[in-house]
Amino acid sequence: MELLYFGDKGWGDELFFATLMTIAVSITAMIIGFLFAALFTPLKLSSNKFLNTIGNAYTTVIRGVPELLVIYLFFFGGSGAIMFVASIFGYNDYIEINAFLTGSFSIGIISGAYSTEVFRGALQSIDKGQFEAAKVLGFNKYIYFFKIILPQMLRLAIPNLSNVWQITLKDTSLISVTGLVEIMRQSYIAAGSTRDPLFFYSFAAVLYLMLTFLSMQLLNRLETKFSKGY
Amino acid sequence: MDIELMINSFPKLLNATLITLKLLSVSLIVGLFIGLGFAILRMNNNKLINKFAYGYSYIFRGTPLLVQIFIIYFGLGQIEYLRTTFLWVVLKEPYWCAIIAFSLNTGAYTSEILRSAFQTIKPGYLEAGRSLGIPSKIIFTKIQIPIAIKQSLPAYGNEIILMLKGTSLASTVTLMDLTGVAKYIISTTFKPVEVFIVAGGIYLFMTFIIHNVIKYLEKKYGFQT
Repeated sequence: MELLYFGDKGWGDELFFATLMTIAVSITAMIIGFLFAALFTPLKLSSNKFLNTIGNAYTTVIRGVPELLVIYLFFFGGSGAIMFVASIFGYNDYIEINAFLTGSFSIGIISGAYSTEVFRGALQSIDKGQFEAAKVLGFNKYIYFFKIILPQMLRLAIPNLSNVWQITLKDTSLISVTGLVEIMRQSYIAAGSTRDPLFFYSFAAVLYLMLTFLSMQLLNRLETKFSKGY
Repeated sequence: MDIELMINSFPKLLNATLITLKLLSVSLIVGLFIGLGFAILRMNNNKLINKFAYGYSYIFRGTPLLVQIFIIYFGLGQIEYLRTTFLWVVLKEPYWCAIIAFSLNTGAYTSEILRSAFQTIKPGYLEAGRSLGIPSKIIFTKIQIPIAIKQSLPAYGNEIILMLKGTSLASTVTLMDLTGVAKYIISTTFKPVEVFIVAGGIYLFMTFIIHNVIKYLEKKYGFQT
């Protein structure tokens, strides 16, 4: 237990901040994922064949390739790609991107593919009459989407989105390979310097369990809130 | 685009695919048995046994696979007693550690899939079987098993694909599987995009095959229930 003391003696404070980092990366990745989903869900539902293919390619490739490979692509390729773009604008120095951004972005792309599938499924299972009725009643586009379609879609999507959140939370452990100090990386450092891997990795497992348990409680509450009136 | 590198790295990556496939098939087979065992325990009426099986699947589904591999590979070696037993022969090999972690992980998911499949069988089918005087062994093999296979196929197909992606974590414990070799080539050539296309292509091809096999099986077991 001494190993968990706060301050210089133990690893308590380090692990606490590492947990906050895991939460921060997960939330950022989830939001980036939503942006990707907002972009690709319309493509997947589009009747245009070309746009449709792009949408399908995104979800198929990302969901069919291991997360670790995607992370390596952005970790090794990210700064190269940005330097290439910068060189077009005449900036030729070395650019290093922040590990937090690379990590959140690569996990975000992965989580976006799952979110896209969830939103597509939710939109498709809304009764067709709702779309038609909203159009016939002459609502403008803003009310049509934000007041009629979105609330119904969220109700159907939230149970599956909580699964996506779980996947995203667990995937963040993989960006420890890029050196970002989150739970896994911190445990690795602590295990290396104290030669007590069994304790620190088990403690990491407990931290993850706590995170998944607490977030499930929160999400279940959200789910009952959104399914009000049904 | 360095086409030459892509062509040169293809045989190396294909060779590494064999290790990925070996890891996948062994852990799926072991995991299926573990999953079946825990699914049966989950349906037990004894509360303690039930809780134990639920705890197992909760812990393995609630923590990242990476943590599980690290606990088994780095952590278990720390226990002095284990080093003296025969288990140490197995646990000092990263290959077996990876297989143990993958099997336990997929076992947890499989047990949930099988449990829900068995529970969705309508009691009427079993009652009909019993009232026709069919022995319970035959009810199990000819009624419960086919319906459970049909119910669990889509979810189990997803689990196989998730596991295929999960085997990439073997590269973190020094195994040279497809992802491990891909990372090695990337870090020596600094050409991530080319290697990603080839390695990702191999993974996609495997997912494509798994997907189609499951689809074929779904059709085969696609009777109305």
